[in-house]
Amino acid sequence: MGKRIGMEVAVAVAEAVGLCNIDMAAVYPITPQSHIAEHLSDLVADGKIDAEFVTVESEHSAMSAVIGSSGAGARSYTATSSQGLMYMHELLPIASAMRLPITMAIANRAVSGPLNILNDHSDIMPQRDSGWISIFVENGQESIDMSIIAFKIAEHKDVMLPVNINIDGFQLTHMVEPFEMPTQEEVNKFLPPFVPHATLHPAKPVTMGAFAMSDYFTEIMKAKDEALKNSKKVILEVWDEWAKLFGRSYKPVETYKADDAEVLMLTMGSMGETAQMAIDELRAKGIKAGLVKLRLWRPFPFEEIKAAIKNAKKLIVTDRANSFGGPGGPVFSEIKSALYAEVQRPLIYNYIYGLGGRDVPVGDFTGMFEKVLADTANKQADTYEFWGVRE
Amino acid sequence: MNIVENFDLFAPRLINKKELLSSGHRACSGCAEVLAVRLMAKALGDNTVIASATGCMEIVSSMFPTTAWEVPWIHVAFENAASVASGIEAGLKALRKKGKIDDRYVKVVGMGGDGATMDIGFQALSGAMERGHDMIYVCFDNEAYMNTGIQRSSGTPMGASTTTAPAGKVSSGQKTWKKNMPEIMVAHAIPYVATVCPSYPLDFIRKMEKAKSIKGPSYIHCFSVCPTGWRCPSQMAVSMGRLAIETGVFPLYEVENGHYRLSPDMPKKLKPIKDYFKGQGRFRHLSAEEIDKIQEKVTVEFNKLKEKEKFLKIGN
Repeated sequence: MGKRIGMEVAVAVAEAVGLCNIDMAAVYPITPQSHIAEHLSDLVADGKIDAEFVTVESEHSAMSAVIGSSGAGARSYTATSSQGLMYMHELLPIASAMRLPITMAIANRAVSGPLNILNDHSDIMPQRDSGWISIFVENGQESIDMSIIAFKIAEHKDVMLPVNINIDGFQLTHMVEPFEMPTQEEVNKFLPPFVPHATLHPAKPVTMGAFAMSDYFTEIMKAKDEALKNSKKVILEVWDEWAKLFGRSYKPVETYKADDAEVLMLTMGSMGETAQMAIDELRAKGIKAGLVKLRLWRPFPFEEIKAAIKNAKKLIVTDRANSFGGPGGPVFSEIKSALYAEVQRPLIYNYIYGLGGRDVPVGDFTGMFEKVLADTANKQADTYEFWGVRE
Repeated sequence: MNIVENFDLFAPRLINKKELLSSGHRACSGCAEVLAVRLMAKALGDNTVIASATGCMEIVSSMFPTTAWEVPWIHVAFENAASVASGIEAGLKALRKKGKIDDRYVKVVGMGGDGATMDIGFQALSGAMERGHDMIYVCFDNEAYMNTGIQRSSGTPMGASTTTAPAGKVSSGQKTWKKNMPEIMVAHAIPYVATVCPSYPLDFIRKMEKAKSIKGPSYIHCFSVCPTGWRCPSQMAVSMGRLAIETGVFPLYEVENGHYRLSPDMPKKLKPIKDYFKGQGRFRHLSAEEIDKIQEKVTVEFNKLKEKEKFLKIGN
């Protein structure tokens, strides 16, 4: 088994990627992703990994370069955050439509304006419909595990899709945490070489990114949808394999004291661990509270979500972004939509919180539960609220 | 004697017979740009990978599920052909070094129109050239956004009427001088910059082969007559290109490591620009005074180029 070490999570993510025999990385610096870029370039500069490190002039070119490189058949990696991800936006659906298994870490950060460098999920939410596999991680160990696992999922012949790993900026990327780093031998055993199905090489000339009008476009979109839905089977298999090799098990939806819970809370990302402490406090007071953590954002795990929350009377969906002028947070809309046809479903409450790095202590989570429990007439169900806003 | 006059005699021995951009594409009749792309592919040969920007050449050559390309080709978006090409170059370099692909030398080429190169893709091109990738970037300049319907770009020449800078009662069309893209590329201190025109196929091929032989970034600026957008007869495309060179509107030259050489095809004495303007609808509205003003600029710019050649001659 790997060595137990303490390290900054962003640096550890670069170390983990360094174990994956990448051929090429193109990264543009942006806070709070920069430590990933810096450490990866250190690994290349010290000859620890044999890869081309392309210091592009923008995130748009970072994504363009990894599309080119992945198209050439090279295992390609990038990482970004916030404005950088927004700048890449145009290219994300092209990468997935071309079925290029690019892997990207996102150090999640609030999107301007106003400019803010701290954590929330407003950068990834506008990318939701890009056709990428999208995974949220909760802690340092999961950040490094998913950074390795992502290559195997992306490059699987039944998947061939890009993957993004969402790591909360600062709250996770800049934490020094203890974890187990897999060894090179273990990663070699787990991750096979990348075998692309077509490459940009004169040995077998192909045309990529052809122009398609109304006669083919719908079929191509349907194919992309099927590919993303089908990827779930492989994601589950790869996670199971990881659990067997490393003893750390991952599921699309994870629960904490949820089985007999009357009120459930749903979180994504690093807030899960704080929320867990709130559950313990509430349980100590005799309140039947539980937690559901959503790890897999795309493809969306409909069955797992339904199974996890079917017995609850009330569900608090927490969101770290908002759909302005819309129905509330994007996770809230997704959960409501997933449960619409269910005969037995909980009342759903939505709190939009932790925006632009606003601290969310344990007391805020218990406060959300208390507020929902106090709503005995169910007047606030099905609405959204900006938690802790000063009005 | 101009070698092009004996084209039929020389061409079979000097030009690669293999078609790498096959017929059946959807370019307009008389399109000089597709002729240039075909010549480029012939000059570069099989061991080439092309990243194309969105534009005329992309849509006419890659209508799914067909393709006119016999070499590996990729299109991603409008503004990023240079960065896609840089990524392909980096990826192939890594794979070759690790022995994951065969050891043949492959030249990576980025291509785009004047809008894709001089406007929206300017930053991506500057970045790719500055980083020193072993690649060629070719700008096929037809002096406006022709694919979207003849809108002005920074490559549109002064006085030309376009759909977004039209000639009108109080306007004489384009109000700005054409951006000097080759000089901007020279300022990047890259090993090779050249201007070409498919009306001079042997000069075109020689410069393309030169770019291919250089390990590092090179930039080729191709003058591509667009009969549709310039409103000239389609059978005039090749002769219109020659007039652009003969009048000095678009001088043919090359710059190797900062040293200049005017093409031997450049005439000793330039023709007046009105000879070039008169066959084109886009300049029809210009007054004699306006043409004089443009003539003065063309003369000054050409003299500047000759001075550069004098002081920074290749071989000096």
